[in-house]
Amino acid sequence: MRPAEETAVPVAGTGEEAGAARDPGRRGRPAVLATGLVVGMAVLALVAMASVALGARGVSFGTVIDAFLAPDGSNDHTVIRELRVPRTLLGIGVGATLGLAGALMQSLTRNPLADPGLLGVNEGAALGVTLALGLFGLSDPAVYVWFAFGGAALTSVAVYALASSGRSGSSPVRLTLAGVAFGMVCTAIASAILRMDAQTFDRMRFWLTGSLAGQTADTLVRLAPFMAAGLVLGLMLARPLNTLALGDDAGKALGVGVNRTRILTGVAVTLLCGAATAAAGPLWFVGLIVPHAVRAVVGPDQRWVLPYSALAAPVLLLAADVAGRLIARPGEVQVGIVWAVIGAPIFIMLARRRRVAAL
Amino acid sequence: MAAAPAKGSPLMASRLSGTSLTLAYDQRVVATDLNVSIPDESFTVIIGPNACGKSTLLRALARMLKPKTGAVHLDGSVITSLPSKEVARRLGLLPQSSIVPDGITVADLVARGRYPHQRLMRQWSKADEKAVAEAMRATDVTELGDRIVDELSGGQRQRVWLAMALAQETPILLLDEPTTFLDISHQIEVLDLCADLHETGRTMVAVLHDLNQACRYATHLIVMRGGAIVAEGEPGDVVTPELVRQVFELRCEIIQDPQTGTPLIVPEARRRVTAPA
Ligand SMILES: Nc1ncnc2c1ncn2[C@@H]1O[C@H](COP(=O)(O)OP(=O)(O)O)[C@@H](O)[C@H]1O
Ligand SMILES: [Mg+2]
Repeated sequence: MRPAEETAVPVAGTGEEAGAARDPGRRGRPAVLATGLVVGMAVLALVAMASVALGARGVSFGTVIDAFLAPDGSNDHTVIRELRVPRTLLGIGVGATLGLAGALMQSLTRNPLADPGLLGVNEGAALGVTLALGLFGLSDPAVYVWFAFGGAALTSVAVYALASSGRSGSSPVRLTLAGVAFGMVCTAIASAILRMDAQTFDRMRFWLTGSLAGQTADTLVRLAPFMAAGLVLGLMLARPLNTLALGDDAGKALGVGVNRTRILTGVAVTLLCGAATAAAGPLWFVGLIVPHAVRAVVGPDQRWVLPYSALAAPVLLLAADVAGRLIARPGEVQVGIVWAVIGAPIFIMLARRRRVAAL
Repeated sequence: MAAAPAKGSPLMASRLSGTSLTLAYDQRVVATDLNVSIPDESFTVIIGPNACGKSTLLRALARMLKPKTGAVHLDGSVITSLPSKEVARRLGLLPQSSIVPDGITVADLVARGRYPHQRLMRQWSKADEKAVAEAMRATDVTELGDRIVDELSGGQRQRVWLAMALAQETPILLLDEPTTFLDISHQIEVLDLCADLHETGRTMVAVLHDLNQACRYATHLIVMRGGAIVAEGEPGDVVTPELVRQVFELRCEIIQDPQTGTPLIVPEARRRVTAPA
């Protein structure tokens, strides 16, 4: 890190590492980026294997293989098949979901530091879960999933309605302001509920810091369709979002349905954040840092930013989860905390280095 | 004389027109009962003092701003009733200000002009490639292809935006102050380019600030003041010292442009120096 020079030469930060990736001749670029996606998938597969094989409980590699090929119902096999595999798959789903949601959000709000939390969607989902657990005593994930979606959907609608009231319509700034306001309201209500009820607080402690542990394959199966729908819809929005990035007028002149794109993006983000929050609690930073870093490498084209974010986030999330299991053996550190510890400095670095200009 | 649009019946044979438009932002009414029609295959130039509603009119014509009353028609249909991408294949607009995505290259920005010609399943075609290359050549930005747009000068950036609008390949092109930020030679270059495009059969509409340039290039001049159209027609017929005084509050003399014979506005000097006869 070179703090001093950075401030003296503002352009250098952008030129250097991004420049190397950016300039190998325009013709060859799509091929390079496509190859990068394939490599990314391979890395994800590796990290996923590590996530299955490594943990608080030491299990030999042979045992891991056996657990799949010849399960014998032993303790080790059960841990692998019923805890680690669902946890790993959930990590992939939640990571991809949050990475894509963050990238969509940053593009939608033209705010390079936007986070799925910025539009209040995560807070809405979290409030839904808090209500389910705290007020209604519903602790079955199968049930509170719906509260998460309900919370996410209601906040999105409320934020959009508030932002687009008045004739000039929604704008990125209005969306952000409304989102922050609603997010604070949701968080305030949720904390009030938690203060009133120590028992709920205890039950929610893990969930509130963000954790991949403790979810069953059942949760995964239930959430997978929403995640998949959100991922497909989100990835399909790359081109309209690219065009809208030139400004509302320019986007409209090029034939983008501005409101339609905003609403569809909101729907995708709601699906993605609702599912991710229901599964793992509010995980900050993942959706903020990953797309931001991805853009620095692949450039501003959403056709690359979106898939790369959806791929890089689960790699990092799983890696953090595995790290959390290893550093505190035989206990474990929740992935949300690991992320906060790793993510905060990265975030500060990014905010310092880059010109945090409009997208 | 030859290219003179039919006088008297402006609504005749016009692909793009607005009738009884009331244009407003929230409560702020900019124009009421505005009727305008862009003569087909004209090079129409809109002039008028700052804040008189030129951009607002252009935005309404390009469906960016929904009129409070009245309607804009494109090819006989109310423009908002047509699919937006369909409109974008016929009518392009270069807005007065746009956003440059952080880190985008010139070639990528120009390529985004192809959006209305692409579909989810048919993404990048030979036609796209050709349109982008041609637009970049016409605006003289081919060599800048790999440069980051943020790092260009204002004039270069303006030409890149123009290239983006050209890549859209629309028969009607609206440009809001395309010569702002350009030095005089690039201004002329851009206007010559517009004139070339006009000669190849496109309908061009541009907001310009320089009256003399407007008179030189326009086949049809629309003069606005306070949200209303106060005069329109061929520059030679429209531009008079009275009009300039009324619209711009400027006393002037009008002579013939020695190059083109179009009106040339010479503002009255603060102190007159009589040249020796
Ligand atoms: N987005 C907006 N919201 C409110 N008022 C606006 C907006 N844009 C322009 N106006 C107002 O409308 C009037 C006409 O503006 P405009 O059409 O941009 O003028 P110009 O002729 O300089 O292009 C001005 O008084 C301006 O302040
Ligand atoms: Mg203007």
